[in-house]
Amino acid sequence: MLTITDLYKQYPTGLQALQGVSLTVDEPQVVAIIGPSGAGKSTLIRCVNRLVEPTSGTIVLDGTDITRLGRGELRRARRRMGMIFQEYNLVERLTVMENLLSGRLGYVGFWRTYRRKYPPADVQAAYELLDRVGLTGYENTRADALSGGQRQRVGIGRALMQKPDLLLVDEPTASLDPKTSRQIMRIIVELAHERGTPALLNIHDVPLAKSHADRIVGITAGKIVFDGKPGALNEKVLTEIYGEEDWSMTLGQDTEQDGGAATKQRPRRRRKLEGEAAAG
Amino acid sequence: MSTPATTDYPKTWKPPGLITNPLMRQGVTALIVFYILWSVGSLEIDWTRVSDGLPRAVKMFSRMIPPDFSRWELLVKGLIESVQMAFAASFVGMVLAIPLGLCAARNLVPKPVYLVARGIMVLLRSFHEVIIAIVFVKIFGFGPLAGILTLIVASVSFISKMMAEDIENMTPGSMEAVRATGASFPKFLIYAITPQVMPRYLGVSIYRLDANIRHSTVVGIVGAGGIGQVLQASFSRYDYDFALAILLSIVALVFIGEFFSAWIRSKLR
Amino acid sequence: MTLQEHAKRYPEVWRRFNPRETLIRYAWYIGIAFVAIWSVQQLDIPWIYFLDAHIQAGDLLFRMFPPDWEFALEVFDPLIETIHIATLGTAITFVIAFPLAFLSARNTTLNTTTWLIGRFILVTSRSVNTIVWGLLFVAIFGPGPIAGICAIAARSIGFMGKLIAEAIEEIDEGPVEAIEATGASRLQVLWIGVLPQVLPVIWGTTVYRWDINIRESTVLGFVGAGGIGIILYSSINQFAWREAGIILILIMIVVIISEFISATLRKQIT
Repeated sequence: MLTITDLYKQYPTGLQALQGVSLTVDEPQVVAIIGPSGAGKSTLIRCVNRLVEPTSGTIVLDGTDITRLGRGELRRARRRMGMIFQEYNLVERLTVMENLLSGRLGYVGFWRTYRRKYPPADVQAAYELLDRVGLTGYENTRADALSGGQRQRVGIGRALMQKPDLLLVDEPTASLDPKTSRQIMRIIVELAHERGTPALLNIHDVPLAKSHADRIVGITAGKIVFDGKPGALNEKVLTEIYGEEDWSMTLGQDTEQDGGAATKQRPRRRRKLEGEAAAG
Repeated sequence: MSTPATTDYPKTWKPPGLITNPLMRQGVTALIVFYILWSVGSLEIDWTRVSDGLPRAVKMFSRMIPPDFSRWELLVKGLIESVQMAFAASFVGMVLAIPLGLCAARNLVPKPVYLVARGIMVLLRSFHEVIIAIVFVKIFGFGPLAGILTLIVASVSFISKMMAEDIENMTPGSMEAVRATGASFPKFLIYAITPQVMPRYLGVSIYRLDANIRHSTVVGIVGAGGIGQVLQASFSRYDYDFALAILLSIVALVFIGEFFSAWIRSKLR
Repeated sequence: MTLQEHAKRYPEVWRRFNPRETLIRYAWYIGIAFVAIWSVQQLDIPWIYFLDAHIQAGDLLFRMFPPDWEFALEVFDPLIETIHIATLGTAITFVIAFPLAFLSARNTTLNTTTWLIGRFILVTSRSVNTIVWGLLFVAIFGPGPIAGICAIAARSIGFMGKLIAEAIEEIDEGPVEAIEATGASRLQVLWIGVLPQVLPVIWGTTVYRWDINIRESTVLGFVGAGGIGIILYSSINQFAWREAGIILILIMIVVIISEFISATLRKQIT
């Protein structure tokens, strides 16, 4: 599905962000990319849809070499890749529905955009996604009236409106509190699995990555130093990625919290999704 | 909880516009269309003259180019006069604006004083400076005196308004602190008001100086001195090439003035 | 400790500025005073006029009363024409300044050349006063409201274009990036990603400029560009102070109403 070969990125300042990164995703899995700040995680994600231009290397998505596309073809390729941002990047003054529908912009012409008349199928899909992310009834709420968690749900919805072949997720939970972070990760992983969409997920919260991802990739100083199952993440690996540190809490904390939290949360899960959404 | 089938979802969605009631929205659109038709219809427009306008414009521009700088002594004299008018008016305006600005701040003075000051400010602001210029010309005759007085009035109204708003937006804390020391009113002014208001006051005054240079070019058109008078004369005599020279120098002067003013204001910060 | 040590540790005199700074400040003050005196002196001001200025002003006001209310009926139509000139001129400005602002903002322009052209048009429009534009357009189109509308538009384009372009340059680029990532075309990115962010500024500036243009339109008649200005001019010239007085009162009413409308609308815009 996605094959990245020998990706290099050097910024004009001289910073070598990516030094020969190669990665293959050939099944619908959630791949979490972890690593220290400045390791190149964000650059890697942004190179895939060329929001950042790679210096050299190839990126092939379902047979198309993204790196060689011209402007028009790049636009068509981008609509097959849904992106979710750390800062949500919603258009604040527009409503939730308009933000969701903006995911279809790659598929509708300007005239329809201008008149705000989207195809009925798109509108239906938007309502369905609204329900799925737990924001039923919020379609006419302005984006800047939402909480952080709610905004990220809209961001997820917008990415999925594109019916993408690939999800690119850039630090989806960095601006959210611990509980909301887990909710968001759960939604992303559930939806990715439901639709059989592979996802490249950039995240710095190791326990969160470990508990939700199907596969972990560790990047340090522009190079991949680990690529395997979450279970294989041990102290030695973490030291290799991040450096010397007491990793016992990071590795142990997650299972405890989730186990304890799961028992506490189960009765609450029986409430309607709207309640969860209203809480943020 | 059962999720609705896909076919149950609405197929259309309309964004809630500024005016939610569709009847009202159509009403407003109709109003706008009606207004445009009515206003254009009611204006007495000589359409033949308008269609003549474009060839006239071409003819005019051909006569304007190349600009005639031969009478540059007159030009420079007019420019210098404008600049002097602007400077003089700005200084006097800065000084006179202080009492008016202070009196127009609700948190400094009793209500009747505030109302009178605000009333004066509204009065001064309502009239375009050209109107004020004409009145002054009538009283004091042609020449830069009328122009300076006009610009003084404009400066005072502008600076005092900014000052009053600034003072009203001040945090009451610092004022209370100075009052609590038992300071007399003048001391209160110096220690509580001045430090907070001064930077913006100077910035606004310098902006006004630059604006006065721009406006001094205009009051001349009604005879109040400055380069405007030279410009108006050249237009009335159909000296279009000289007029272009004057216009270019005005643009250059305004440009320099804006640049200078922005530079000084950045240094003030 | 000794008295001298105490004095050295805790100075008895506090100065806000050290001697060098004080010198510089006084140099500035003297310099400014010089310029002020020079500029006032250079102008041949018959200072003698100031002696009876207050008497003159009082005399003038006295001559304006009582206002000639009958005359008000005659000037009603020109007053409406003045409002039309301002409104139509502002409307035309909106249509032109809107795309021009996008061309004049570094982040939405097509290339450096278009940006420079946009900026140049805005600066030229702003540097020339409305009345001077009026002179120009009267020479082209002849006296009448067309010249006035064009003059209003010519000046307002620079004012509105500059403010809108500045707002465009200050937007949050995050949503723009997100819309680009969906594969939207350039036009769609501008319409959905940029425009909603600057819409409040666009409306606010338009209303603000309309208010200013009402005032400008009142005097356009002085150069023959239509409106009530021409009547006011002739009244003043003929020393018909009661007529002038009523016109000034009507102008003041219109300006106050327009300022009120403008302030209310701008408060509504979020």
